Amino acid sequence: MPIHRRKVEHHIGPPVGSPAGSGPRASSPATLRVGLFFTCLVDVMRPEVGFAAVRLLEDAGCQVEVPEGQTCCGQPAFNAGDSPSARDLAERWVVEFERYDYIVVPSGSCAGMIRVHYPQLVSSDPDLRSRMLAVCERTWELTSFLVDVCGMHKPPGDYAGAITYHDSCSGLRELGVRDQPRQLLQAMPRLDLREMGDARACCGFGGTFSVKYGHVSAAIADEKLAQISATGAPCVAMGDVGCMLHLEGRLRRSGDATTRVMHVAEVLVHAAGGN
Amino acid sequence: MQVQSMHFKARSGQKLADLRLQANLKKLSTKWVAGRAQAIAELDDFENTREDAVQRRKRALADLDVWLERFEQEATRRGTTVLWAQTPAEASRLVVAIAKRHQVRKVTKSKSMVSEEMALNRALEAAGIQPVETDLGEYILQINNNEPPSHIVAPVLHKDKDEVSDLFARVHQRPRLDEVGQMTREAREFLRPHFLSADMGVSGGNFLIAETGSVALFTNEGNEGMCTVLPRVHVAVTGIEKVLPTLEDLAVVARLLPRSATGQSMSNYFSILTGARAPGETDGPEHAYVVLVDGGRSGLLGGDFEDMLRCIRCGACMNHCPVYQKVGGHAYGWVYPGPMGSVLTPAYVGLEKTLDLPQAATLCGECHVVCPMKIPLPDLLRKLRERQFERGLRPWSERLGLALWAYVARRPALYRWATRAGSQVLRWMGGPAASIRRIPGAGGWTDHRNLPAPSAKPFRHQWAEGRRPRG
Repeated sequence: MPIHRRKVEHHIGPPVGSPAGSGPRASSPATLRVGLFFTCLVDVMRPEVGFAAVRLLEDAGCQVEVPEGQTCCGQPAFNAGDSPSARDLAERWVVEFERYDYIVVPSGSCAGMIRVHYPQLVSSDPDLRSRMLAVCERTWELTSFLVDVCGMHKPPGDYAGAITYHDSCSGLRELGVRDQPRQLLQAMPRLDLREMGDARACCGFGGTFSVKYGHVSAAIADEKLAQISATGAPCVAMGDVGCMLHLEGRLRRSGDATTRVMHVAEVLVHAAGGN
Repeated sequence: MQVQSMHFKARSGQKLADLRLQANLKKLSTKWVAGRAQAIAELDDFENTREDAVQRRKRALADLDVWLERFEQEATRRGTTVLWAQTPAEASRLVVAIAKRHQVRKVTKSKSMVSEEMALNRALEAAGIQPVETDLGEYILQINNNEPPSHIVAPVLHKDKDEVSDLFARVHQRPRLDEVGQMTREAREFLRPHFLSADMGVSGGNFLIAETGSVALFTNEGNEGMCTVLPRVHVAVTGIEKVLPTLEDLAVVARLLPRSATGQSMSNYFSILTGARAPGETDGPEHAYVVLVDGGRSGLLGGDFEDMLRCIRCGACMNHCPVYQKVGGHAYGWVYPGPMGSVLTPAYVGLEKTLDLPQAATLCGECHVVCPMKIPLPDLLRKLRERQFERGLRPWSERLGLALWAYVARRPALYRWATRAGSQVLRWMGGPAASIRRIPGAGGWTDHRNLPAPSAKPFRHQWAEGRRPRG
């Protein structure tokens, strides 16, 4: 359990059965400073996910800041074998984000890169290395931060309808994000969460794998889409924009113009009557 | 076995288009994955058993030379001749030499992946000796024009019953059968004379036990005993990394291997072979040999890929791999497919001959999760990618793209400008449907799926302009 847990609970009040999680934003001075690392894909492809993340964090009583100098966590370089570039970007990232109490990421993949893989990119500068280890431990994937650190029980949004949830690989296997998003989704009274056959199976995205072996990647997507379709839910939610673009793109190419692909954060802040 | 791994991309395309193969590969997720999950659950303390086994394998590898010499001593003391081969080809020459020394004309074989590395059947045939595969799957492949196995545990996984029915009818020259029990009986009928007439049996070795000089074998069909006990000569061929110090180590690893491999709590047959037939004993081979194959293994010791030597060849990584589940084993182009193969093949035959293998993985991590030996396969694949990058073994277009991207990502002001421009172009391309069907130069993506267009201008720009979430 993170050392700040008590402090957080103090700021947002007792979570169980409390309206604090669902009511208006905490008006007390929220001193917990959270740096939002919005990630490159959210930034360019799905900016509304960034706003949803801010809304959720503020609702949980955090003071959210968005550092301007952020770019990319370096995962594309890391997975391509270009460790020097990955290390350089990791060091820049640490300098940009170390001033915050917590860093929250609306992506299991990027959060996994930071928490699990940054420590493997051994910095040659011992001072920077210890700073890196410290900041990595304070970095969280969004839904696990909301549940495990902030103790959120009830998300602020209202979503009516059936949804199936796909576990994106890095969040699930590197960070253990599985129950947290489900807990939050199930706390939405009008949302019908339907589990697919094998939610933990990879969707086939795999970063640049999706481009280098597009044919294999798409074939794996089709397996996932069949599972999604079998639930009868018109919407699939997940925690990574990469997987979202891949699955949505494959759906549209296969002639499915209606099945919705949403980020879990968008669902959690969804406004009643909105679409 | 000849390396065909450079054709991964083309071959995987063919495999995806092969609807029959696609149907056959479904067995992986329905039967194999579920079988393992069940078998693991029934073990009272899987995680601790696993950790125990990992530590035992690590201890063995930490002093591999010591345990191998101990094995040699103990085996020799019990009448087994231990031979060492630097390369698979050398191992093949040794087996052929053994066969010649004992005037062998026919060899029955129990399943062995190391013998595939050695291309042993070809070497035996070239020396005028008839090899007969007696594992049912391997037998099917051998009578189908020496087709290579596509899986390390279930070599014929890529075929369905109908294909085997047709094959048997054609090769056996008998009426076509379509009931598995009958087909198996027919195969037995054809194999029985070989079992009785073979002069030499060749098997693999799942483990070598140093303290007793034994070879341990896990099998399911009963053919192994016919190969290792019946003929005059028995030769076990296996990799040097397979040594375990004690029988107790074997007992721990044995709880994991069949469960991880086939979802069985124990394989149907389990043999510990120790020495040749001693005076006064009534069965067993007159001459027992063990050929220990290096074949690149010692090169992994003490390096970045040492973890790979713990592998016990259960196949769980490939059974659970989303890529293997779609393309099957033949696409990988050498003896070992799937995640473990994508690490072993470059290590054993050279990175330059296997450029696709480290890349052809989504790094989803499921192989690491299910590996009973906790081999960090995704990390090892990534390390191989690092080697490729360092040695300039990636295409120039990829290197240029990566360099450009990294240049921009290091410069926040430039990055801000580039994302804004990129977003604008993509939104324009997306049109009213906000979905892009084709992007020149990005066919890797758009040949197979649309690219959803950005939904608005980048987050950072909207944020800088003061937009905030609706509360």
